Amino acid sequence: MPSREKVIFEYSQAGRGASDQWPHHPGSAALADLPAKLKRSKAPALPEVGELEAVRHFTRLSQLNFSIDTHFYPLGSCTMKYNPKACNQYAMLPQFLARHPLAPESHGQGFLGCMYELQEMLKEVTGMQGVALSPMAGAHGEFAGVAMIRAYHHARGDLKRNEIIVPEAAHGTNPATATMCGCVVREVPVNSSGDVDLAALKAAVGPNTAGIMLTNPSTLGVFERGIEEVARVVHEAGGLLYYDGANLNAILGKVRPGDMGFDCLHMNLHKTFSTPHGGGGPGAGAVGVAARLMPFLPIPIVAREGERYRWLAESDLPQSIGRLSAFMGNAGVLLRAYIYMRLLGRDGMRAVGEYATLNANYLLKRLEAAGFEAAYPERRASHEFIVTLKRQARELNVTAMDFAKRLLDLGFHAPTTYFPLIVPECLLIEPTETESKEVLDAFVAAMSQIQKEAQQEPERVRTAPHTMPVRRLDDVRAARHLDLTWTPTTQH
Amino acid sequence: MAFIPHTEADVAAMLAAIGARSIEDLFAEIPPSLRGSSLAGVPEALNEMEIGRLMSERATQDGTTLSFLGAGAYEHHIPAAVWAITTRGEFYSAYTPYQAEASQGTLQTIYEFQTMIARLTGMAVANASMYDGASATAEAALMAVRANRKSRSARILVPTTLHPHYRRVAVAMASNQGLKFEELPYCTVEGVTLPASLGKYQGEDITALVIQQPNFFGRLEDVDALTDWAHARGALVIAVVNPTSLALLKPPGEWGSRGVDIAVGEGQPLGVPLSSGGPYFGFMTARMEHVRQMPGRIVGRTLDAAGREGFTLTLQAREQHIRRAKATSNICTNQGLLVTAATIYLSLMGPQGLERAAAASHARSRELVAALTRTPGVRLAFSGPCFHEAVLLLDRPVAPVLKALAARGILGGLDLAPYYPELGPALLVCATETKTAADLERYRASLGEALQGARAA
Amino acid sequence: MSNVPADLKYTKSHEWVRSLADGTVEIGITDHAQHALGDLVFVEVPETGRTVKQDEPCAVVESVKAASDVYAPLAGEIAAGNPKLADAPETVNSDPYGEGWLMRVRPAAGALAAAELMSAADYQKVLAAEGG
Repeated sequence: MPSREKVIFEYSQAGRGASDQWPHHPGSAALADLPAKLKRSKAPALPEVGELEAVRHFTRLSQLNFSIDTHFYPLGSCTMKYNPKACNQYAMLPQFLARHPLAPESHGQGFLGCMYELQEMLKEVTGMQGVALSPMAGAHGEFAGVAMIRAYHHARGDLKRNEIIVPEAAHGTNPATATMCGCVVREVPVNSSGDVDLAALKAAVGPNTAGIMLTNPSTLGVFERGIEEVARVVHEAGGLLYYDGANLNAILGKVRPGDMGFDCLHMNLHKTFSTPHGGGGPGAGAVGVAARLMPFLPIPIVAREGERYRWLAESDLPQSIGRLSAFMGNAGVLLRAYIYMRLLGRDGMRAVGEYATLNANYLLKRLEAAGFEAAYPERRASHEFIVTLKRQARELNVTAMDFAKRLLDLGFHAPTTYFPLIVPECLLIEPTETESKEVLDAFVAAMSQIQKEAQQEPERVRTAPHTMPVRRLDDVRAARHLDLTWTPTTQH
Repeated sequence: MAFIPHTEADVAAMLAAIGARSIEDLFAEIPPSLRGSSLAGVPEALNEMEIGRLMSERATQDGTTLSFLGAGAYEHHIPAAVWAITTRGEFYSAYTPYQAEASQGTLQTIYEFQTMIARLTGMAVANASMYDGASATAEAALMAVRANRKSRSARILVPTTLHPHYRRVAVAMASNQGLKFEELPYCTVEGVTLPASLGKYQGEDITALVIQQPNFFGRLEDVDALTDWAHARGALVIAVVNPTSLALLKPPGEWGSRGVDIAVGEGQPLGVPLSSGGPYFGFMTARMEHVRQMPGRIVGRTLDAAGREGFTLTLQAREQHIRRAKATSNICTNQGLLVTAATIYLSLMGPQGLERAAAASHARSRELVAALTRTPGVRLAFSGPCFHEAVLLLDRPVAPVLKALAARGILGGLDLAPYYPELGPALLVCATETKTAADLERYRASLGEALQGARAA
Repeated sequence: MSNVPADLKYTKSHEWVRSLADGTVEIGITDHAQHALGDLVFVEVPETGRTVKQDEPCAVVESVKAASDVYAPLAGEIAAGNPKLADAPETVNSDPYGEGWLMRVRPAAGALAAAELMSAADYQKVLAAEGG
């Protein structure tokens, strides 16, 4: 990969600028009405660079990244699949980009039609009765879901239900969401084969149970076989079931959360429906609900009346948990998901779950054959699986982190490491359906090479990466000596 | 199909390696009673040509308009280079930069962004983005409750001149944790929050005061007096600011005698298209002493094993993946790609270009107000300076007038009746540097005709 | 095997307690705890004068991979927080039982007895049971 790139401020020269991009200055007289005490006294120290300098700088920076377009990204629980170019191109048609969020419905029937159809398709693939599109990320959708569960109990006068149950292997967003919704978290363990411990669950539910948050397949890469019993136990205790859609890719077209007994869910459109991760976002965390939660959906929602589409707002949904974004969430992301779903169609949707599962099980068997240890060897992998390197850590003093860093040298993004927390030295591996057999075989070869290196020249693995723009970074230093903004005097 | 590259031979070889007879066998652990959904509601696939045709038709249906809408989302010129680079696959299709060595491009971009936003707002530290301006305001209120250890009340004073949607989002996102939002009235003559109206809170425990500058009406608040009032009473100050305006207006880090504690805002004006409301991004900055109470990702510069500079996510113990139920927020995915666009935008604009965009927007909006208020039946609602928006009062209901304008392809602004009924027929209008003299004249002439038409009807 | 000084008292949540001559007690985290957390990057100590209940979270120790609450081993009033840790959190790693103390507490009446602190030998057994 290319080497490092200067910070943009180091290119800055006073008086330089991409002036072809700027509007004409109206003259200082146009600013005479602004009172001096409200005005800025000194211009902000933004970089002063030419257009070509800026273009080269940011192009070079982009080249320091791994991305799906350049590398295989087997990140468990993140569903890093190909983001089709058509989704971007057609979501960025000029009229879509120029449309103001408060433009009247008369000047948005095309956009609103897409949103309505997206709601309908998402209902169908999840088995839910209502969908709202405005949450802007998975965690935002989780917030909406738990807030709806809370609102449902409160509307029934059941004010004491404030406990959210999560399995100990859950994503951190689940307990953090419960806290944001004013609930408290109760963790339940999973048993040795990766299913929720039903006895512990039965002991945990009670009159204070608001609900349970589950991912299925779970973060352990296996299908929760006791799901029907889990649903029965929680529902009989008066709680509701929340489905964290992080792993929906595994079951798309095969089984629907609504059919498993879930009352409420979010979908990560940036995972299952292939909108880009963008280096950390934007996502979209649409929520779906069963009939009893429909009055509480966040606004706005698109409704169809005859041939026309319109927004539903507060007056249409007086019990709504309210508004979660200034406008209607990440509309451009939603358009990309809509295009993706239309491109796939019904049969393509089924193929996603099938081939994601095929790829994961193939990769697992190949890695096992190469000597790696599966965390749940007797289980069928879902769309992802866990390999534990605890033997390598114990015998060779080479950790999961070392393997992850060495993979970067060999041209593969690292799998998810050290999550879930309950499996020691784990790699959570999710190949997705868009990778070919050749890529999976190459990944197995890379893992085997690292295993051999760990035995023969372990230092090479422990000190990896060697070929990236930087070596391993000192996280401790970063946190102890905070350097969060650039200054000319910043020195190490 | 479905971007799946497998040949039949691949599938056969893979199933053989697994020891399964069919793909269906791989789902054997799922109870049969749960399976078999038909997906009847999902249409058959379209190919790329067909979806291209469909989306072009939908886009054409939405049409092209001459828009004077603002109210939290603003039409500015976006340099061509911004999205040409932002949509490069290496930015567009990259993951969150947890593997720092493979993500230096994203990490350095965020570090440059944090620096630019901190300088623009005059604050010490910025995070790597929130979802949008409204959710950033809600998170700022939650952060203030954590940061203001002397206050026990969790009471947040919110002027009614704060964007009405922001107020609703703050209630939806923060009241579950016991925060109480109390609305402050505005002066009906000047359209600003009067420091004198705060008298009733004298001696009470207030956790924080929110101040939007420019406010929802486009008017400029007396930010120094409001900031000092809050600080004198032990309350923190949360600024909600328009980033373009900061090229002209005093940055929140300099409000009052010691600056605000947290400054947030909507980043959309910095190179992000209107796009029906998103994706945008919220920015958040704060005093250094509050950095550990911030939500969201933060990038820091450090050294690598060879002693060379590099970038990494830092202070992650605040975040949900480590702190879980005790995290500062549940936020994980943020609006990274929009931050990339904004960083490129600010680099191309620089201090001079951003000042020109702000000054030209201010000038155009004054010209718009001058032109429209020459029309019979139209007057300005509030006295005093604005940034690039203003409230006009009409002599008849706004909705039919806007409808008549829309029929001519003009989006004339936002009808404030649903939000501020006490104002009567009030219209919030905005003009930025994108509007020409001919655009303003077209609006003026059309408004005159629309009002005449309404009178005749 | 981590260091467990014989002259201190301990809690199951890996705090140690030392009785000082002025009637206050000094509190820190054990060698086992600092090792499990890794290099500390931030320590938050309580404000002097605050009253704490037994088992109430009253300090935070943070590394790059974990953050952990420190619980008051006994009820009382905070007599001091260690002022050095704000700039040098690594002191807790290098000298957990000495310079790396977190806080001093003036115990409420009867609080020391009520706390039922463990001896070094008993704490060793807790560590052995945890596999530490």
